[in-house]
Amino acid sequence: MRIDSVKSLDSAAKTARKQREKIKTEVLVCAGTGCLANGSLEVMEALQSAVKKKELDVKLALGLKTTGCHGFCEQGPLVVIQPKGVFYKGVKAKDVDAIVEKTLVGGETIERLLYKDPNTRKRVEQYAAIPFYGKQQRIALRNIGRIDPADIEDYFAVGGYAGLAKALDKMMPEDVVDEISKANLRGRGGGGFPAGRKWKTCRNAPDEPKYVLCNADEGDPGAFMDRSICEGDPHAVIEGMIIGAYAVGAHAGYIYVREEYPLAVKHLQRALDDARERGLLGENILGSDFSYDIKIARGGGAFVCGESSALMKSVAGEIGEPRAKYVHSVLRGLRDMPTVLNNVETWANVPWIIAEGADKFTEHGTKGSPGTKAFSLVGKVKNTGLVEVDMGVTLREVIYGVGGGIIGDRPFKAVQTGGPSGGCLPEDKLDLPVDFDTLTDAGSMMGSGGMIVMDDRTCMVDTARYFLKFLVDESCGKCIPCREGVHQLHEMLEAICRGEGKPDYIEKIEALSDVIVKASLCALGKSAPNPVLSTLRYFRHEYEEHINERKCRAGVCRDLFEFKISEETCTGCGACVKACPVDAIVGELKSLHVIEEPKCTRCGACRNVCRFDAVEVV
Amino acid sequence: MTDKTINVQINGQVHQAAPGETILEVAKRAGVRIPTLCYHEALESVGACRLCTVEITHPDWKGWKGYVTSCLYQVEDGLQVETDSADVREIRKTLLDLLLARCPKSDVIQKLAAQYGVKSTSFKENEDDTVCILCGLCVRVCAVKGCHAIGVGGRGIEKLIAKPFNQPPPDCIGCASCAHICPTGAIPFEDVNGVRKIWGHEFPMVRCEECGEPIMPEKQLAFEANKASLDPSYFTVCAACSQKKTVQTIKTAFDMRSIGVADEAPAGR
Repeated sequence: MRIDSVKSLDSAAKTARKQREKIKTEVLVCAGTGCLANGSLEVMEALQSAVKKKELDVKLALGLKTTGCHGFCEQGPLVVIQPKGVFYKGVKAKDVDAIVEKTLVGGETIERLLYKDPNTRKRVEQYAAIPFYGKQQRIALRNIGRIDPADIEDYFAVGGYAGLAKALDKMMPEDVVDEISKANLRGRGGGGFPAGRKWKTCRNAPDEPKYVLCNADEGDPGAFMDRSICEGDPHAVIEGMIIGAYAVGAHAGYIYVREEYPLAVKHLQRALDDARERGLLGENILGSDFSYDIKIARGGGAFVCGESSALMKSVAGEIGEPRAKYVHSVLRGLRDMPTVLNNVETWANVPWIIAEGADKFTEHGTKGSPGTKAFSLVGKVKNTGLVEVDMGVTLREVIYGVGGGIIGDRPFKAVQTGGPSGGCLPEDKLDLPVDFDTLTDAGSMMGSGGMIVMDDRTCMVDTARYFLKFLVDESCGKCIPCREGVHQLHEMLEAICRGEGKPDYIEKIEALSDVIVKASLCALGKSAPNPVLSTLRYFRHEYEEHINERKCRAGVCRDLFEFKISEETCTGCGACVKACPVDAIVGELKSLHVIEEPKCTRCGACRNVCRFDAVEVV
Repeated sequence: MTDKTINVQINGQVHQAAPGETILEVAKRAGVRIPTLCYHEALESVGACRLCTVEITHPDWKGWKGYVTSCLYQVEDGLQVETDSADVREIRKTLLDLLLARCPKSDVIQKLAAQYGVKSTSFKENEDDTVCILCGLCVRVCAVKGCHAIGVGGRGIEKLIAKPFNQPPPDCIGCASCAHICPTGAIPFEDVNGVRKIWGHEFPMVRCEECGEPIMPEKQLAFEANKASLDPSYFTVCAACSQKKTVQTIKTAFDMRSIGVADEAPAGR
């Protein structure tokens, strides 16, 4: 059924909303990758059969729906019951009968399935009352968890494609560019380049054809914002791209998505097919004389293909290596034609800005960085998951407010932002507002939004070594400073972590990093020394301890410390004895335990299980 | 020079350039030496070795300066280039130090590094004895030739110049352009008894009809003739004999003219 005018889109939305209104109770089962892995599909199947058996769907006007990621992945599988807003976590198929009987039929909540706030130790019944959700502000993630991503009608019902309709019906392409410029939407992929300026340059470029692309090649370890959007709200991305294409005058585009995101690929493909069938993509969109179509280009999982020029080469079927961008890709991009490339999150913001207006967007965030930013909050934080907050909130609010603080209430040591080429910020930077410029000034960067929290048991030298190893593996190898230089940086860090660091290594690392930053071909190389430079800036003493004293006080670099059980604090509970995989701990119950050093592999299992912090690093 | 001549300052001296020219091209013409490894004037530049990095600034840039590869950066009016500043020398020195760690056995790299004061590498030396610096000239020349026989494989430190499926490349014609263009002599080949050995192939060679010396692999001859739409018999003599033959022809013509035969030729010839 083709929607050939703005008017018929309105009526399709009205019909979809009416359908939804008939449903009195809606059960939303998270089917994001995290919950799927935890068995949420089995939960859904059990729900379906239980409901069908009792014909509850008719009796209670019940709607069952699988949705995209709710964000609180750590607590999954998640089930939300609307309109009451009851939030169940860790739901298994065996819990379904109870949910049907007690909650759906009986109207009561099941205590044991409710979320327990680790700080107040109280069960929380309401979705919105959970600090993890309550402190968030969702624009890019606005529909995720609320709609069925595989159902275009559901997207219509929440105002989907209204932004596109407004753009095509009421705005000239230049007006769209101006609106995005006014909103000062900055690229969410890491660079923070103003999208409006990019679009304008592309629009004014003389060459044809023009392309509008989406970067869904999210490659930072621990980052999953873009994946979640593609999985949970693919139409938002597609709608954003169509609006962008209308604004710059493009008629073809690609979504470059990594093959390792099978669910994202599936949902995007489904959404593209559905949109095309409805006349929202392809020839004469919504009956206008504007045409634009999108294909999916699947990437093989090279981190460097997230770099714009490498991405465009990969889309064109060439080896994904960056080129020098003395002429910007917005003028000479895909197939040497003017190209706008924005990432998933940026595109997902676009329909909202057009529909709601730039002024409403700039109510959020800071002057220099308006709007919100999605983060994947991971590491040693109590609430890990997908988070969207206003720009300008402090790191502390994200980590302690939304994230609930550090696991086990251990001391905070550092937060790593910006992915592998970002940096680590120490505790005294926790009150910095999170926006593009502040994080860069502090020696880290916004990046695409990975946020890894580290506690006092993290070794910063080892952390830098880990990220450099990633970059050594992911360097395309085209230019010498990145290929050979980052490799040699990594060799030196390996040596330091083994206790073989030489006194001049810090100086050598800094000098080599300086050349890598100045001489590398692309942004990946230029930012590759960031992990080591930012840890050197804030945690220099750890490097010095590793090199001069051969000590790793965090207890990570195995050649540089020993574990010892404290005589004062050990209660002789025996937990460490049980945990030790190599039987290196001896001691009777209720008497002091002792680690037999020659046997100990320093795996840290004893330290992790000890509730009295009796296992010390010496 | 076109009418839109632009002025570029290189090491304090003003030089004229045409729009679209790179810093390297202008510097070469001006006699300013900039070291390169992955550059060849017949091929598209890629900026892989970074050795030709120079420092640039502009009166309009409010004191900002940057480092760009001169093989790729196109000049603009008023551009100020330093090709041998302390920073540039430091960059080149480090790059050559890194290359020397990768290819300690390469005499080309050793010599170049010595020019920047690097006698031995300060980094961890590579254990194998490769002299390939992965500049990619071989792959580019092979593509321009129209063969695409070799490519690059892997990435990062594991990157290598690769044959498809690590077998003798089926599209190789044995022309050895790759070996000739390689700045460090990393691609071995030999001509023995009228057979060229390269990339695991053994190509029989066509011999010169005059002197009997091998000219080129039969496969290359067929390829070149086809590409130039010439009869393969066009290539039956070697370059030296062809030269000799031409000289002989001219000489004969000259001799005939001197004995008056040429006067009978039609006017205007």
